[in-house]
Amino acid sequence: MGDLTDERWDIELTPHAHLFDLKLKDVWRYRDLLVLLVRRDFVSFYKQTILGPLWFFIQPLFTTIIYTFVFGSLAGIPTDGLPQPLFYLAGITAWNYFSDCLTKTSTVFTANAGLFGKVYFPRLIVPLSIVVSNLIRFGVQLLMFFIIMAGYLIKGGVSFHPTVSLLLFPFLLLLMAMLGLGLGMVISAMTTKYRDLTFLINFGVQLLMYLTTVIYPLSTVKARYPKYEWLVEYNPMTPIIEAFRQGFLGKGTFTATSLGISTIITAAILLIGIVIFNRVERNFVDTV
Amino acid sequence: MSKVIKAENLSKAYQLGEIGTGTLSRDLERFWARVRGKEDPFLKIGEVNDRSVKGTSDIVWSLQNLNFEIEQGDAVGIIGLNGAGKSTLLKILSRVTAPTTGSVKIKGRVASLLEVGTGFHPELTGRENIFLNGAILGMRKAEIKRKFDEIVDFSGVERYVDTPVKRYSSGMYVRLAFAVAAHLESEIMIVDEVLAVGDAEFQKKCLGKMNDVSTTEGRTVLFVSHNMGAVTRLCNSAMLLRNGILIQQDITSRVITNYLSTDELSAAFNEWTENDAPGNQIARILSAGVFNENGDLYEYTDIRKPVIVKMEYEVLSDGTKLTHAFVFHNEHGLRLFDSHDVNTKWKSNTVRKKGIYTAELIIPGNFFSEGKIKVSPAVITSDPWELHAYAEDAIAFFVRDSQDGDSARGEFSGNYAGVVRPLFNWRSQFVSK
Repeated sequence: MGDLTDERWDIELTPHAHLFDLKLKDVWRYRDLLVLLVRRDFVSFYKQTILGPLWFFIQPLFTTIIYTFVFGSLAGIPTDGLPQPLFYLAGITAWNYFSDCLTKTSTVFTANAGLFGKVYFPRLIVPLSIVVSNLIRFGVQLLMFFIIMAGYLIKGGVSFHPTVSLLLFPFLLLLMAMLGLGLGMVISAMTTKYRDLTFLINFGVQLLMYLTTVIYPLSTVKARYPKYEWLVEYNPMTPIIEAFRQGFLGKGTFTATSLGISTIITAAILLIGIVIFNRVERNFVDTV
Repeated sequence: MSKVIKAENLSKAYQLGEIGTGTLSRDLERFWARVRGKEDPFLKIGEVNDRSVKGTSDIVWSLQNLNFEIEQGDAVGIIGLNGAGKSTLLKILSRVTAPTTGSVKIKGRVASLLEVGTGFHPELTGRENIFLNGAILGMRKAEIKRKFDEIVDFSGVERYVDTPVKRYSSGMYVRLAFAVAAHLESEIMIVDEVLAVGDAEFQKKCLGKMNDVSTTEGRTVLFVSHNMGAVTRLCNSAMLLRNGILIQQDITSRVITNYLSTDELSAAFNEWTENDAPGNQIARILSAGVFNENGDLYEYTDIRKPVIVKMEYEVLSDGTKLTHAFVFHNEHGLRLFDSHDVNTKWKSNTVRKKGIYTAELIIPGNFFSEGKIKVSPAVITSDPWELHAYAEDAIAFFVRDSQDGDSARGEFSGNYAGVVRPLFNWRSQFVSK
């Protein structure tokens, strides 16, 4: 019969996949797609615009100006002794990366329903491509941050200096990506059935920003509201942003413990995210 | 030959009605059942999926217990009425959705074409989209680069390759999209009815390409279509689905015969009782049928063989001038021709006596084009014109073209256009060097 030798199958489609079967081999095979999706995002972003990639600068620049005016001048929130624009820009740049990853990832299923409903490829490619495209954006915004930093240095009279924590930068970047990705995937998986979450995410991200040390330093919270300090401190984004500021500007409050906790929370969220994402991916076409 | 696809007890359930309202409590219930190791409470009811009958549960089985195997190099047509589960099956095989129960095992790469142009981005140029679309379909960048010229050539949109595809006409869009998909190097190709788009010339090209894929390249093709002509030519075997159940898997001709007679309710023979016979007080039709030369029912005819269409009718009153006729339509509803008796004793407008008459029309081979032919028998008075009895599309037969090279299509295997397919004689000679 020769049937026994025939029983080598490449793909087996079953109702339930193994919980941690992440199909990373498949993801690797489709790596070219990841690159092309990033390229698509980048190219389609500035097609038919006059300012083109300049738009990457405009949003953080204006946000910084507004924050400097509202929170810095009007409300008079301290900035750890750093020049206000630099302080805010550092927070905004880091926060934007996280929040862009989160909001974009959270609509992966609903936004790509048409595509996912017609052709198979490892779905994880799309959230990964989002993280990478946002990295380009982040890089551009970081460049602007450097330019303004340089501007202040040339002008002189202000005290900030990079510290050894700068070495943590790649790790911080990874943490932000993981956190945005993980949280985004949990939400994206759930929005396939419960659209309520799409509304939640929009203002949820804004609220979360106020619980993170974007417009104020952790030191101020510690000094003024010791009772609620934990709320801000155990928010996994807080140590990341604090460490980011500490690295580039020399001011920021974080410890190995707080960053460690943040890392553990992030890893857990990412893991949950991937597992849920993989479960939903198999059947979401039927419910979306 | 080795098996490349093997499905075992494959089923797929869908939830009817609104999704999103009340699903949270249902999900919790489901989750709780699973935690306790019990069966999913919402999947118990195994109803047949008949969309015209209201069921008692809101779970519907789009596919039920499918067991089949497909061998390498086979071209399999999947046929059935709308809602029979064809698309669901393709979706599972192309891994867009997972089965509810059962499993499918697949050997080799699968390229699915459930829609052309999946993932095309309107802002990107044709060139950029070829790469993007190719990658979405599972090609490596180097592979696309290698085949780029071939793809552009096949699509015939060279001039526009650096223009954003949003400026394309819908035809150009489809051409480019199919061209990318057609150049996939996969062991298994799954094609939904995407060929219904594009102009005739391009459709021809697509069918030809698909034929190449299965016959010369030895790849396996699964093809869903309502175009029985394309299915007969492309596919050596077929699967008939009805209400989510696999009714038959056999050679194409048998499956199509079954489909046409039971699903499309078109039979090669039809008869009426005294009460429902079509007609007026002068004449009524009793029966009609399609036969071969031996007098056997002939529902799946060879394009080269003659077809005999026969009717039996009753004249109810003496003295009326009348004759018998047939009207022929093809599967697209195009009226091919009418024919009434002009050469027998009972030809046009002969005065009739009461009684039962039969009439046979002999149509030679090499006349019809392939596909379904619908026949309407009629009893008429031709001058002044009056219709006494008419049974619209009462019978039908299916003409199958041969691939032996002795019909009008000769060696050509693509989509052969035209409403008739006569075999004519040619005179040709070499004139000079």
